[in-house]
Amino acid sequence: MADDLIFVRTEMLPPRDPPVAQAGAVRWLRENRFSGPLNTILTLLGLLATAWLLLHLVPWLMHSVWNANSLTECRQIIAATWGEGASGACWAVVRERWPQYVFGFYPQDFALIARLSFADQYAAAGGYEGVFGAAVNGTVREAFIADLRANAGAFDLYVLGYWRPILAFVLMFGALAPVLFTALPRKMIWFSLLYPALAFWLLWGGTVWTPVVALMGFGVMAVVFSLLKDRLGVPVSAGLGLVAATLWWLFAQAPVTGALQSALPFGLESVDSDRFGGFLLSIVIGVTAISASLPMGILLALGRRSDMLLVRTLSVGFIEFIRGVPLITLLFTASLLLQYFLPPGNNFDIILRVIILVTFFAAAYIAEVIRGGLAALPRGQYEAADALGLDYWQAQRLIIMPQALKISIPGIVSSFIGLFKDTTLVAFVGLMDPLKGITGVVRADIDWKGIYWEPYIFAGALFFLICFGMSRYSMWLERRLKTDHR
Amino acid sequence: MAFASDAPKDAFRLSMLIYDTRYRSITIQVIVLFLVLLFLSWLVNNTIINLEAKDRTFDFGFLFNRAGYDINQTLIPYTNDSTHLRAATIGLLNTLLSALVGCTIATVLGVVIGVLRLSKNWLVSRLMTLYVEMFRNVPVLLWILLAATILSETMPEPKDFKVTQAMVDSGADPAASNILFGTVAITNRSSLIPAPLLERPLGGMEIASIPVNFSLLAVLAVFAASIYAHARFLRRVKAVQEETGIRPVTWWKSLAILFVPVIALLLAMGFHLELPGFPTDANGVSKGFNFKGGIEVLHSFTALTTALALYTAAFIAEIVRSGIMAISRGQSEAAAALGLRPGRTMTLVILPQALRVIVPPLISQYLNLTKNTSLAIAVSYMDLRGTLGGITLNQTGKELECMLLMMAIYLVISLIISSLMNVFNRAVKLKER
Repeated sequence: MADDLIFVRTEMLPPRDPPVAQAGAVRWLRENRFSGPLNTILTLLGLLATAWLLLHLVPWLMHSVWNANSLTECRQIIAATWGEGASGACWAVVRERWPQYVFGFYPQDFALIARLSFADQYAAAGGYEGVFGAAVNGTVREAFIADLRANAGAFDLYVLGYWRPILAFVLMFGALAPVLFTALPRKMIWFSLLYPALAFWLLWGGTVWTPVVALMGFGVMAVVFSLLKDRLGVPVSAGLGLVAATLWWLFAQAPVTGALQSALPFGLESVDSDRFGGFLLSIVIGVTAISASLPMGILLALGRRSDMLLVRTLSVGFIEFIRGVPLITLLFTASLLLQYFLPPGNNFDIILRVIILVTFFAAAYIAEVIRGGLAALPRGQYEAADALGLDYWQAQRLIIMPQALKISIPGIVSSFIGLFKDTTLVAFVGLMDPLKGITGVVRADIDWKGIYWEPYIFAGALFFLICFGMSRYSMWLERRLKTDHR
Repeated sequence: MAFASDAPKDAFRLSMLIYDTRYRSITIQVIVLFLVLLFLSWLVNNTIINLEAKDRTFDFGFLFNRAGYDINQTLIPYTNDSTHLRAATIGLLNTLLSALVGCTIATVLGVVIGVLRLSKNWLVSRLMTLYVEMFRNVPVLLWILLAATILSETMPEPKDFKVTQAMVDSGADPAASNILFGTVAITNRSSLIPAPLLERPLGGMEIASIPVNFSLLAVLAVFAASIYAHARFLRRVKAVQEETGIRPVTWWKSLAILFVPVIALLLAMGFHLELPGFPTDANGVSKGFNFKGGIEVLHSFTALTTALALYTAAFIAEIVRSGIMAISRGQSEAAAALGLRPGRTMTLVILPQALRVIVPPLISQYLNLTKNTSLAIAVSYMDLRGTLGGITLNQTGKELECMLLMMAIYLVISLIISSLMNVFNRAVKLKER
C-alpha cells in the first residue's frame, strides 16, 4: 500500500495562525462588543456615556484645590491657575473639616497632647490645674489650646487628641475577632462580652464605676443562676437571675456607683451626647443596634416559628408592625413619643433613644432573615436533634442555629449595610449624621457657604468604601463557610 | 416541636406546670400574656399621666378643624380653609404618586440594567456593575440631596429661556431652551411638562368634594373595553390556530383594537398638548417673567422620585439578574432541543420560572420604595409626613395622635402590598404532590 503512494507526510504541519479577524484583540472586540447590531449600539452608547462622564469629571477633578481657607479663595486659585471660567473641585473643605466628618464635635483631649508632647510648656503654664482646672479663666485656656493647635503635629492633634474613639474603634475589631474567626482561643470571647461596657466608658467618659457596676448586675445574675440551678432547674433559676439583676440595676446601681466613686475616684472626662457626630455617630448607632438586634432577632424568629399561639402572634405582630412603617416614623417616635410612653421626668439621652428604636427596626429585619435560614434547613435536622434526645434549647444551640445562622450570613450583612446607610436618617431628629447634619454645619460657615458637591462626594465615598467592603467581606465569608460540595 | 413523653402515672402536681412539656407551653403563654399586659398597661398608664401633666387630651377631633396652611402640590382641590383630614389626604396622595412613579421607573430601569449586566458585552456589563455597586452602597439620602442640588444648581433660570428683541434682531438663540423637542422645560425652580387639554371636554362633577372628570373616565372606559375586546380576539385566534394549525396574523389587528377607539375618542374631544413657554408678541419676543402653560412639576417631587427610582433600580437589577441566573442552564438547553427560538425560550421557559424567583423580592423593593418616600422631608416635599406628621403635628401639638395615625396609614399601605405578594406567591407556588 505504502509503496503506491508518492508522498506521505510523516510529521504534523505547524498550526496556521487564525485569520486576523478571529484572533487577539480583534476577535475579543468582535465577540464581546460588536457581535450584532444591538450589541454594537449598546457598545457605542456605553462608550458615549463613559466619554461624557469623563469629559465632565476629569477636568473638574484635575482642577482640584487642596490648600485654601474658604470657597472664595478656592475659586480665586482655580481662576488664577487654570484661567477664568474653569471649574474645579475645592477639596480644601475636606482637608479642613474632615475631623468633623469623622468625629463630629467630639472634644479633643488637649490635656493629653499637652502632657505628652508639650510637657515643658504645660508645666510652665501650671499643669492640669493651671490650664484645664475649673478655676482657670476661659481665655487662658483658649489661648493655650490655640497655641497647642498651631504647634502640634497631625499625629498629636488627631491620634492623641481623639484617642478615646480611636481606641474604642480598634478594640472593636478585637471584640469581633473571636466571633468571626473560630480558630482564635475561645477565652477571647470574654473580651467581646466586656467590650460594650468598655466602649461605653471610653466614648461617653464619666466614672469607670458606672459600667463596672452595671456589669456586676450580670455577675449577680450568674451567681443567682448557679446557686439555684440544681434546686429549681434552668428556666426558673434563669428567670430569677434576671429579676435579681434588674433589681440590682434599679436599686443598687446608683448607690454602689456613688460609694465606689467616692472611695476610688477614677474616670475620664465625660462627653455629652450632642457632641457625637459624623461617622463616629453612624458607627456607634449602627454597631450597637446590629449587635443588640441579633439576639433579639433570633428570639423573634424562633417566636415566629413557635408552636405557642400567643408567642407566635406577638412575634408576627411586632415584626410586621416594624417592617410596615418607615424608619423615619420610628425615629420621630424616639424623639417625640417616648416622652409620653415613659414615666414622667424620664427623658433620657436622645442617642440612646434612637439606638433603642433602631435596634427594634433592625431586629425585625434580622428576624425575617434568620427565619429564612431556619426555613432553609431540611426537616431531617430537626428530627435528628429530637432523635438524639436534645431538648428545645439544646437543639437550637447545637444543631439548628449554627446552620441557620451560617445560611443567613449574607442576609445579616446586607441588613447591616442597609442599617448603616439608614443611620444618616438620624439627621432628621437633630443628630449630626455625616451626610446632612455635618454638611449642614459646614455650609453654615461663612467660609464654605455655597459649597455643594465636595462634601457630598466625600461622605458618599466613605459610605461606599465601608458598605462595599462589608459586602465583599460577607461574600468571602460565605464562600469560606460553605461546607457542602457542589 | 413535639417531644414524646410517657403517659403520666401519678396525679397532677404543681411542678408539672414547669417540668412537663405537655403543660409547660401553657404556663409560658400565661406568663407571657401576663407580662405583655403588664407592660401595655404600664405604657398606657404613663401616657395618661403624661397627657394630664401636659394638659392634653387624646382625641382625633382636630382632624376636622381648619388646616390653615398651603400645600404646593395638590392632586385634589385643597385650600388653606380645608380640614386637617383633607391635608393628610393630600399628603397621602402625594406619597402614593411619588411611590407609583418611582416604582414604575425603577422597574423599567432595573429590568434593563439587570439584563444588561448579564450581557456578554464587556463594556456594557461593566458599566451596569458600576451603576449597581455605586447606587446601592451609598445612602439613598445622598442621592436625594444630590438630585435636588443638581436640579436647583445646574439648571438654567427661567429668564434664560426668554427671547429678547436683541436676540430676534441678531437671530441668536436664548441661553436655554426646552428639551425633548420643545416639550419639557427644566428650570432651577421647577420642571414644566406639556399639559393635555381638550377642546370639547365632557364636563365633570364633584362627588364628596372630589372632582370627577368625565372625559378621563370615558377614556379609561373605552380603553378597558378595548382590552376586553382584544382578549376575546386573542381567544378566537387561538381557537382558529388549534383548529387549523395556522395562526392568523394578529399584530396590526391587535394594535388597532387596542388603540384606535381611544385615539378616535381623543380626536373627537379635541385633544391637544399645551407646551410650556413664555407668551410672545408678534415679533417672537417673550413677555412676562415666567412660563405660561404646561403643568408645573415641583423639583422636590422630581428629586425625591428620581433618586428613589435610581436607588431602587440598583436593587431590582440584582433581583432580576439573580432570578435569571437561578434558572438552570438545562432549562434553556431543553428548550433549544425542543426547537424553540431564543425569544420563545425566554417567554415560554425562562421567564415563567424566573418570575417566581423575581416577584417576591421585587414587591418587597416596592414596599421599601414606598416607605422611603418618607425621606421627602429632606427636600420638603409635602407627603404624608410633611402634612400630617409635619405641619399639622406642629400646629396642633397632637404628637401622639398624628404619629399613630401616620404609622397606621403606612402600615395599611404595607399590609396591602404584602398581601398582594402573598396572593401572587400562592398563585405561582410549585404544586408539590
